[in-house]
Formats: sequence, structure tokens, C-alpha cells
Amino acid sequence: MTETPLLEVDDLVVEYDVRGFRRSPVRVLHGIALDVRRGETLGLVGESGSGKSTLGRAVLGLAPVTEGEIRFEGRAISGLGKRERRALSSDIQVVFQDPYTSLNPAMTVGDILAEPLAVGGVAKGEARQRVKDLLDAVHLPTDAAQRLPREFSGGQRQRVAIARALCREPKLIVCDEPVSALDLSTQARVLDLFVEIQERTGVAYLFVSHDLAVVRHIAHRVAVMYRGEIVELGDGDTVTSTPEHPYTQKLLLASPVPDPDAQATRRARRLEAASSGAGGAR
Amino acid sequence: MFTFLLRRIASGVALVFVTATVTFFLTAMTGSDPARRILGPTATLDEVAAKQAELGLDQSVLQRYLDWLGGVLHGDLSTSWFTNEPVTTLVWAALPITLSLVVSAIVLTAVISVVLGVVSAVRGGWLDNAVQVLSIVGFAIPSFLVGLLLSVVFAVQLGILPAIGYTPFSVDPVGWLTSITLPAVALTVGAVATVSTQTRGSMIEVLGQDYVRTLRSRGLPTRSILLKHALRNAAPASLTVLSLQFIALISGAVVIEKVFGLNGIGQLATSAASQGDVPLILGVVLLVVTLVVLVNLLADLLLGWLNPKVRIA
Amino acid sequence: MSLPTDPTTAATLGHAIDPEVRRAGLVKRLVRIPTAVVALVWLVVVVAAAVLAPLLTSQSPTASDILDALAPRGPGHPLGTDGVGRDVWAQLIYGARTSLVGALIVVIVSLVVGLPAGLIAGYFRGRFDGISTWIASLLMAQPAIIILLVVLTQVGRNTALAMFVFGFVIAPGVFRLVRASVIAVREELFVDAARVSGLTDPRLIRRHILPVVVAPTVIQMSQIFGIAIVVQAGLEFLGLGSANQASWGGMLNDAFQAIYTAPRLLVWPALAIILTVTACALLGNALRDALGGAPAARRRRRRKELSDTGSVTVSTSPDVADDVALQIDSLVVSYPGAAGDREVVHGVSLAIRRGEVLGLVGESGSGKSQTAFSVLGLLPGAASMSADRIQFHGEDLTTLSGAAMNRLRGRRIGYIPQEPMSNLDPSFRVGSQLVDPMRHHLGLSRKDARAEALRLLERVGIRDPERVFDAYPHQISGGMAQRVLIAGAVSCNPELLIADEPTTALDVTVQAEVLDLIRELQAEREMAVLLVTHNFGVVADICDTVAVMRDGRIVEVASADDLFSDPQDAYTRMLLESSVEGAPARKPLPVIGATR
Repeated sequence: MTETPLLEVDDLVVEYDVRGFRRSPVRVLHGIALDVRRGETLGLVGESGSGKSTLGRAVLGLAPVTEGEIRFEGRAISGLGKRERRALSSDIQVVFQDPYTSLNPAMTVGDILAEPLAVGGVAKGEARQRVKDLLDAVHLPTDAAQRLPREFSGGQRQRVAIARALCREPKLIVCDEPVSALDLSTQARVLDLFVEIQERTGVAYLFVSHDLAVVRHIAHRVAVMYRGEIVELGDGDTVTSTPEHPYTQKLLLASPVPDPDAQATRRARRLEAASSGAGGAR
Repeated sequence: MFTFLLRRIASGVALVFVTATVTFFLTAMTGSDPARRILGPTATLDEVAAKQAELGLDQSVLQRYLDWLGGVLHGDLSTSWFTNEPVTTLVWAALPITLSLVVSAIVLTAVISVVLGVVSAVRGGWLDNAVQVLSIVGFAIPSFLVGLLLSVVFAVQLGILPAIGYTPFSVDPVGWLTSITLPAVALTVGAVATVSTQTRGSMIEVLGQDYVRTLRSRGLPTRSILLKHALRNAAPASLTVLSLQFIALISGAVVIEKVFGLNGIGQLATSAASQGDVPLILGVVLLVVTLVVLVNLLADLLLGWLNPKVRIA
Repeated sequence: MSLPTDPTTAATLGHAIDPEVRRAGLVKRLVRIPTAVVALVWLVVVVAAAVLAPLLTSQSPTASDILDALAPRGPGHPLGTDGVGRDVWAQLIYGARTSLVGALIVVIVSLVVGLPAGLIAGYFRGRFDGISTWIASLLMAQPAIIILLVVLTQVGRNTALAMFVFGFVIAPGVFRLVRASVIAVREELFVDAARVSGLTDPRLIRRHILPVVVAPTVIQMSQIFGIAIVVQAGLEFLGLGSANQASWGGMLNDAFQAIYTAPRLLVWPALAIILTVTACALLGNALRDALGGAPAARRRRRRKELSDTGSVTVSTSPDVADDVALQIDSLVVSYPGAAGDREVVHGVSLAIRRGEVLGLVGESGSGKSQTAFSVLGLLPGAASMSADRIQFHGEDLTTLSGAAMNRLRGRRIGYIPQEPMSNLDPSFRVGSQLVDPMRHHLGLSRKDARAEALRLLERVGIRDPERVFDAYPHQISGGMAQRVLIAGAVSCNPELLIADEPTTALDVTVQAEVLDLIRELQAEREMAVLLVTHNFGVVADICDTVAVMRDGRIVEVASADDLFSDPQDAYTRMLLESSVEGAPARKPLPVIGATR
């Protein structure tokens, strides 16, 4: 019954050095603990400066781990050497927020998708077939392989980024705000694609977002971050509809609902909570 | 701002020290025997040995370096091997000439470039095209060729300005002006090309910024947006290029001084190089690098004053 | 004689590679630029002359014949002879050899030294970066000619060696350009993605970093080639070039000695230098255009922003109702494109009553912001706008002069931008940016304007107005900056407020507070508000009326209540259904048994 979680984060602390003489480093994460199971989506919500993206980058090995440990399938992966870290690339992948800078503008979509395959030692002929399958999986036409990223819209580019993440059939994809740069109608379709792929392949997501509604849509469980700490972690529906922590409540009441009457009620409750709660964090 | 300034001064002193040291050891290394070079091929071996002792060349390189450095700290730059005059005297006599030239050129460059850069960025049209052509011409025609051309036209053909020679300001201000006009203008052409192109580019960039649109949305007069806000934000990039131009102008002045027969630092350096006069070239390097450091410090001060992020910190 | 070493240019160049170029082929692009063709032809001629020199003349460039001094052009001497009877033509073509070889030495040395150092320093940073950057700045602080004179003091006249040293002297320029390009591209997410894909450092550098560095470096090399020719000529002119070797600079020096007797001797070497270096400069510019798209066109458009919006066509139409603050009839906005004008707003008509908040909703590219900027008269300069009418409280804005429009902007029409941090001038204190418009429009004294600004800052919810008044924009947070911008927008009591996505860049908690503030100010001053947004939550929160835009057209206008409860247009319905807000939460993951 007690299966080992796919990803475990224990007391993670991340600090960045500040340039200058005798400046103490800035602590971005203060002892984060969470886990992600196989096939699960863990939503990570927070506002700017909460450290949610840093947590994702630490898991990817792109941010320094000062203290604590990150384990993948029970094995510590924080502080790995470059070679061992590269070996992990078949297990942990990423989809970034900005579909305009996350694809090399000088490479065709086919080359972008073939690159991780080549790293994984897949032969050229086979890679070509795999690229076709991948494009198909993210519902892009096959002739997309010959085109350059800038010939695509934001939503289509994000599909290419998802296909790249899927290349090596990873067990975990870190999604750093993958839909926040997209238009509303595109956003919904890309989210559906994420769910569809998860149901088909059993990949797990660490899904970073600032938007409670988006996270509610895709996450099985949700962690709420505030100033480098997790203030609430629990079942997705509970955290996003009846949260316990005051900060999560504040976050929920501040998100506007697309319904004038419901929003009027929510606003009234927020103003009431603010006046009774003696200011709160501004 | 104070710590910023202290840091810049410290790095400036380090720059002078390192340059002086590296140059010293560079010139102390190998090469033909200086004593033999000075005395010529007819001198006897004894004479050469005596000359070596006189110049201190029989001592170790380190000892010579320490002696030289000690002298420098006391304001003594040693003696020229060929004229036997103190290097300090030679250099002080030449300095006003080169400074007159370079400082007038830099002032001219600053004024012309700001006007050209701003107007071409805002107006566009023929002036903009002219600035772009100038940027290529200024790059392609070296200042000494401009100097030669000016000399042929204004001095040789028309005879309205002197072809060679320098008149000190203290002796005759008008004579001073006529003696440096042609060389300073020759130096200015290339510098204006670079600095005005930069000013034009940064003005265009600033005018495309969001805050310029917001300032316009507030209904402020165009003149104030251009000359107060845009120019202020475009200035740092131009100033940086201008301070780099100072270094390029010194290079240019070395050659220009020959064209106009001005006995400045450049002529000293040229004759030192052609004769192999090590103490003299060392003195020139020390003086030039000190000048550069002072100008950079001035530029840093101005940049710091222009940039609130530096000023406040 | 200076290098393009400004790090900002380097960074933009780094991004400037146009992928299309790869496909079309650089050479093909290059031959389409006339100046590039002229420059290339000239350089080929010079190279050919240098290589084939012995075939082009039987004369020796260094053999002097005093009896034949200053001979005119004639059969034996196509360009005559110089002051000591050397053949000018032979000197010129053998001099080309000297110049080209010297310039080649400089290019190779500077590339071999600067490129790897810049790549390593920019990619790995760390100690190597610190040390190499320091050495580069040290070298750049030295006038090049002085360094060369120091070297020549020691070794005597030697052109090739001087050029070899000059390669090192100029290498910091290459180093800084490469380093800046690498640092800029390293920040790109696709480099992070490649790292996560498991690429090794050498492979990552080769595939993703090097291609970005190539373009600016090639451009710089053509400039360095020109600079090298100039510097070499300068040294030779000073009489410090190798003896017994024909050179353009040496010819100039000889001609200079005879400047009063035969100034014509200056012409040939001067022309050779000027034309060759000009060709290098033109080739560099052409390469920049060919590799980087057409920055010139982009710039030109921006520049015109300051002149008020170009072409405006007007026609009259019936009067508008008294309580209407703003009425737009048939607004069309278009931009010039490669294939004719591209229309982005196709005949939009709108009306906002006094005290009404109208939400203009749409996805990116729907033309909603273009519509808002049309009212303000702040469309980019290339845009052309026409409308039957933009009536604002009895005045038709389309008929106003630039000056008259400037009197309205800020005074009667306020504007709140999207991005708080980039919309305050970083070089001026917050206070002065609030005070200036009030002094200009309302004629307040400095003291009164300051008092009013402080009162406004307090009104928009800033707790320490004095501190913020004296602060520079970088010293305040994004939320605070947006409050300052709102204070600025309402400072002169406008009747119409135009807000372009005013909360998009803000966190939700701050967004809620900013929307509260806009709502309060609107009620208090009875302003009409045109609010551009893509967020239906924001619309539900603050708007009375909603206009939905799609592809430059308004597809539906309705009261907020009607729009959400009973959307008429299919597109509106699709947008509303796309919203994940309020949708059911995802079911918890079923606990997996001991299957693995």
C-alpha cells in the first residue's frame, strides 16, 4: 500500500548569493517538503516571489540546493554531478511558461524534437518516425516538422514544447506556468491536452501556476506557497474551494469570477475579511 | 555613491600600476642591446660596457624595476637615453599640445553628436541619411587622411591656416586657436561619426519605451518629453561611447601630430619608438594611462549622477 | 577607429539572427543589397590585384631611380613615379598585399583569442569570466597606437609583428561582443530546456550558443578588417612600417614629404585606403541587414511616434446623445505591410455614457488596444487611422490639431497602462512625474502641485506618500507603481479614463485592490471608463457594459449581466465556456494498489 512517491522534497532550502562585499545570501525557499506520486498532478500555486518557480527549477537541477534533499524514485538527485544529472533527462522533463523563448528560433520543429532523441541514442530513421508520432500526440499536423517555431501561434508553440518534453517518455514533467501566456480559449485546450496525455501515459506533473482556477482544473492535489513556504497542501477540490489557511482564503477571494452576481458576493466577502483581518499582507 | 567612487578610484590606481609594470617588463625583455644602439656600430666593447653601467643595464631587471618605480613615486621618470634630458621635462612640455588637441576634439564631438543624434532620431529625413552616411565615412577615412586633406586645402592651397606648428594659449590665444583648428577638426570627424550614431540609436530606443508613451498620454509638451526625459535616458550610452572615444582620440592624435608638426606626446612616442628610447616611452605610457584613468573617473562620476540606481546605493 | 563594443548592441545583435536567413542562404540575401555587391566587387578587385601583382606590373615597387623622379603618367609608369623614382602603380598593388596580409593577421589573431575566451567566459562565468573581463577592460583602456609604439620601441620596424600585436589589442572587442551575446542567449528558456534534455556542454554550445554568436562576430570581423588597414597605414605613415616593403601608409608618408611639390602623390594611396575600408564598412552593414532582418524599417516606424497619428479621414454623421461621453463611429486602423496595408481594426463603433464603465474584451490580436490608443491619439507612427467620428464631449477628436489633442490628453482623458514598472521614467523621481502634468495643465505652483500629488498618493492607498514621492521608480514595488500611475491618470480630474489591461501584470491580490481603487475613483469623480482586458473575471467585477472584439470587429455589445447570463454571439459563448473558472475540480488520483 505504501508505494514510494515518484518525487520527494524534504526541507528544501534554496539561497542565491548576492553580488557585493559581505552581503548575506537571499533565501528563496525556507524548508519545503512535498511529494508527487506516479501519474499524479501536484499543483503549486502562489503569487510572484512566492518561490514556486524556484522550486520547479530546483527539481530540474537549474537552481542551487542549499539544504535539504530532493529524491526521485527514492534516490537523492540534489547535488548530482553533471553526468548523472544528464542521465536523469530521460525521467524528468520541463514545459516552460513562455512559448516564444523556450524554442530555439533558428531550429525547425523537427530538429527541436529530434535533439533529445539524439541525446537518448535514438537512430535517425527511427527519430523521424518518433517525431511524427509526437506531433500527432499533441495534435499538430505532420508537416509542422519542417517549419520554424515563429510560424506557429502561442498555443501551437506550447504544443511543440509539450511534445519535446514527451520525447524521452519521462515519468515527471515540471510545468512552469505553461498556460499563463496563452489566450483564454487556447488555455483550455492546452490544459485538456495535458490531462489527455497524463491519462494515456501515466506521467506525473509538478504544475506551477499563479491561477487557482487553472490548478483546480488539472491538479489532484494542490500546494499553496507564500514567501518561500508551503502554507497549505491538500486535496485539490478542498484547497481551491474551501481553504483553511488565511492566505489561501485571501487568494481565493481575490480571484474574480466571470459572473457579475457571484463576483459581487465574493468581493463583499473579501472586503469584509480584509476589514476584520486587520489589513493582512499587502 | 561614495563607495562606488572609492571603488572606481581604487581600480583606476590598479590600472595605472599594472600597465606601468607590464610595460616595464615588456620593454626590459630581450631586443637588441640598447647601449650598442645608442653608441652606434663603431663603438668599442669597453665603451658599450661603460654605457651599460651608466644606464644601469648591468643590474638585474627587478632591481631596475624597483629603482624606476621608486623614481616614479618621487615624480622622477628617469632620463631619455638619446637626448639626456629628464623624461619629466620632455613630457610636461608636450602635454599641453596634446591636451589642447584632444580636449577640443572631445568637446566638439560631444556638442555636434548630441545635436546630430537627437535631430536625426526625431526628425528622420535627409539629416538622418546624412548621419548614417557620416557614420560610414567617419569609419572609413582615418583622421590623419582627413588631416592631410585639410592641410592641403586650407594650409597649402588657400593658406588661411598654418600648416604646421603650435602656439601656446598663454602666448597668443588667437594663434593657439588657429594652430589647433585643423588638427582638432580632423580628429573630430571620426569621433562624431561614432558618437552621433550611438546617440541616434539610443534616442530611438528610448522613444520606443512605454514610459515615453505614458508621458505623452499625460499631455506634456513634446519638447519637454524629448529634451528632458528622452535625452536624459539616452545620455548614459552616449557618454560611455564618448569616454571610449577619448582613448581612440589619443591614438588618432599620435598620427595627427606628425601631419601638423605638433611636438606633442604622440611625436615623443613616435621618436621614442623609432630610436628605441625605453625611458621615454615608459614615461609616455604612464602619462597616457593616467589621463585615461582620470577621464574614465570623470565619466563614471557623470554616469553615476545620471543613474539613480547608482546614486542612491 | 573605434569598435562596436557596447554590450547592449551586442545583446540585440545576438538575438537578431533571423531563421529565415538560414533557409534563403546568406549569399543570396547579400547579393540583393546593392551596396553589398559594390563592396564585394571592390574587395575582390583588391584581393586579385594583390595576388596577381607580379602579373600586373613588371616594375619593382621598391626600386628607385633618381633620374626618373616625379615622372608623369606614361607607358612605363601607368601612374607615374614618386619623389625617388619608384613606380606608383607597382607600389599600389604590392602595397595592397601588405595591407591585406596585415589585416588578415589581425582578424585571425583577434578571432583566435577573443572568440573562445568570450564563449567560455559567457557560458561558464565564474572566475575565468572575472579575470578575462578584467584583462579586457585593462587592454581597452590603452590607446592602441601607444601599445604598438611600445612594442616597436623594443623590436624596431616590423609591420607583421605590429599587426600580430594589434590582434591582441583589439581582441577584447571580440571577447566582449561574444561574451555579451552568449550571456544574452544563456538567459533564454530554450537553453534551459536543452540542458534539461540532457545535452552535454560542448554539444549545447555548438547547437544553441555558437549559431547565435556567429552573426555578430562575422559583422565585427568585417569592421576589424577595415580598422586594421587604417591602423597599419597610420604606423607606416609614422615611418614605423617594415623597411623595403611597399605599403599604402608608406606611400602617404613619402607623398607627405613632397606635399608642396607633388600633392597629387597623396591621391592614389588615400583612395586605395578609403575605398577598401569603406567597402569593409558597407559589407559589415549589409551583413547586419542580411543576417538580422530589416531593423531600419522597424526603427523608422517607432521614430514617427512622436508626430501625431498620420492620416485621418473624416466625414460627418448625426449628433450624439447628451449623456454620451465618448462616441466612436466606424474606426479603422491599418499598418503598412509587405503585401499592402494590413487592417487591424475594421470599422469599430462604440459609445460610452458619462459615468459608465465599458469593458472592451478580446483575445490577443483582436484590436482592442489599437482601439483604445486611437482615442488617445497614441497609435504607433506607422499606423493610419480613420473614423467617421470620435466624439468626446462635443469635440470631434479626429479634427483636432496635435497641440489641441495634447491639451486634452492628461487633462480630460486619463490613461492607465498595463505594465507598471516600464511606464515610469526610471531617471526621475515619482513625485516629479506626478507634479509636471498638474503644473502644465492646471497651472499650479510647485508647492501646490506637490501638496496635491501627496494627497493623490494617499488617496490611491499609499501609506507613506512622502517617501514614495521622493522615491525613484526602482525603489517601489509593482503594485505601488501601478497605484502611482493611477494617481497620475486621475491627477487632472479627467472625464474619461482609458485603462489598457491595468491589472494584467499584477498578482491577483494586488489586482483586487487596484480594481477596488479604480471603482472608487470612478464613482467618486463620475468618470467614464474604457477598460481593455482579456479577463472575464475583471469584466464581471467592474464593468457596466461589455463589448466583445474579435479580429478587429465588435461581435457583441451587452450589459455585463446580460452578457454573462445570455451571450448572443457564438464567439462570446465559446470564450465564456473556455473559462476554467468555476469548473469542477479534478477528481483525486485513485490510490494505486500493489501493482508495481
